[in-house]
Amino acid sequence: MFRKPNPSSGVPIYVQLKEQIRHAIETGALSAGDQLPGIRGMAETLVINPNTVIKVYRELEQEGVLEIRHGLGAFIASRRRNRSKTEELQDAQQSVREFVETLKKQGLDQGEIRRLFEAELATDFQRSFQRR
Amino acid sequence: MAAVIETVDLKKNFGEHEAVRGLNLSVQAGSVCAFLGRNGAGKTSTIKMLLGMVHPSSGTGSIFGHKIDNEKESLLIRQKVAFVAEDKRLYDGMTVEQIVRFTKSFFPRWNDGFERRLMEQFELPPERSIRQLSKGTRTKLALLLGFARGCELLILDEPTEGLDPGAIEDVLQIVVSLVAEGTTVFFSSHQIAEVEQIADHVLMIDRGQLVLDAPMDQITEQYRRIQAVFPGPVEERDFRIAGIENVRAEGKTVSLIASHNVDSIVEHVRMLHAGSIDVVPLTLKEIFLGKMKARS
Repeated sequence: MFRKPNPSSGVPIYVQLKEQIRHAIETGALSAGDQLPGIRGMAETLVINPNTVIKVYRELEQEGVLEIRHGLGAFIASRRRNRSKTEELQDAQQSVREFVETLKKQGLDQGEIRRLFEAELATDFQRSFQRR
Repeated sequence: MAAVIETVDLKKNFGEHEAVRGLNLSVQAGSVCAFLGRNGAGKTSTIKMLLGMVHPSSGTGSIFGHKIDNEKESLLIRQKVAFVAEDKRLYDGMTVEQIVRFTKSFFPRWNDGFERRLMEQFELPPERSIRQLSKGTRTKLALLLGFARGCELLILDEPTEGLDPGAIEDVLQIVVSLVAEGTTVFFSSHQIAEVEQIADHVLMIDRGQLVLDAPMDQITEQYRRIQAVFPGPVEERDFRIAGIENVRAEGKTVSLIASHNVDSIVEHVRMLHAGSIDVVPLTLKEIFLGKMKARS
């Protein structure tokens, strides 16, 4: 699936390989949960330095594109993991804001809304506790 | 990471001729380090000193912490290091199979898997006498003997000289496999393309001195050629700023090689009222030629 990088292109080999992996995900050639070749396998197939493959996998893990499961290998992360926690929280905040606005329009005041939220969270907590 | 090879102010004189003039090398464990330089730059003399085959005139060096100029410690070095020499000298009277069996008997960590893989990939004729081998086949056999012995450090002097492109790719692939197993590789080469492909560090020497010591990625990311055209004539002394390695001014145009600091250099060129400025990446070959030209 991966092409041998061009060492004389002026783009470092690790950057070329990162782009190839990203591209494979964007085009759907690789999807969440798919496993990438091991470090040695990838290095031998492309005839590049294994340290370069390590660098690529490590950087893509930090960027949330890959998940390294120790002893198992590198996997394409699920889309959820691709988004950072901050982005997720920002989206959630927006939903809460809109919901609160709706409730206010229905005539509920701040105190009532807060008590409803707290009651709901308490029930949810109890339910999850009972399930265990 | 620990240094596997280390030298401090290493020098070698042959009579009047100073072959190596104060080398400070450091090769990190697990890396693939390329050792570049013109013919006669001092590469082979350096390698021979590392392996205890030639005594340094002054300075010190160590491999895995063992001193290179101490006979007893040099023996320990040779147990841990595989070396494939430039001349690929082998016992001419033996057949391919005999020399493989003979060499194997000295090395308890011999890798039978590599031996079989290479016998096949290199299409080595087991029954053929070494005397009758072509230069390329002899090189392949010498590499097999080095690759299969199970070493911690592999030193190769021009490993792929005389090989066809297919065999070169096979050799590089074996190097990759060895590195994946934790072997450190130090190799001299004139094949710049193979260096760019597998090296993670580049050392370049000229006239016995280090002229470049940098990670491969840094070289690709930071070295740039900057070409500019000015309204009037410019001179080389207009371009003395940090990061500029080489200047060639011709009339209204200048061509610079920068090792770093590219943004400031471009800014400086703009201040000199350049009409057009081009910044292009450089290959290792262009850097090599630039370094050699700058010093001659």
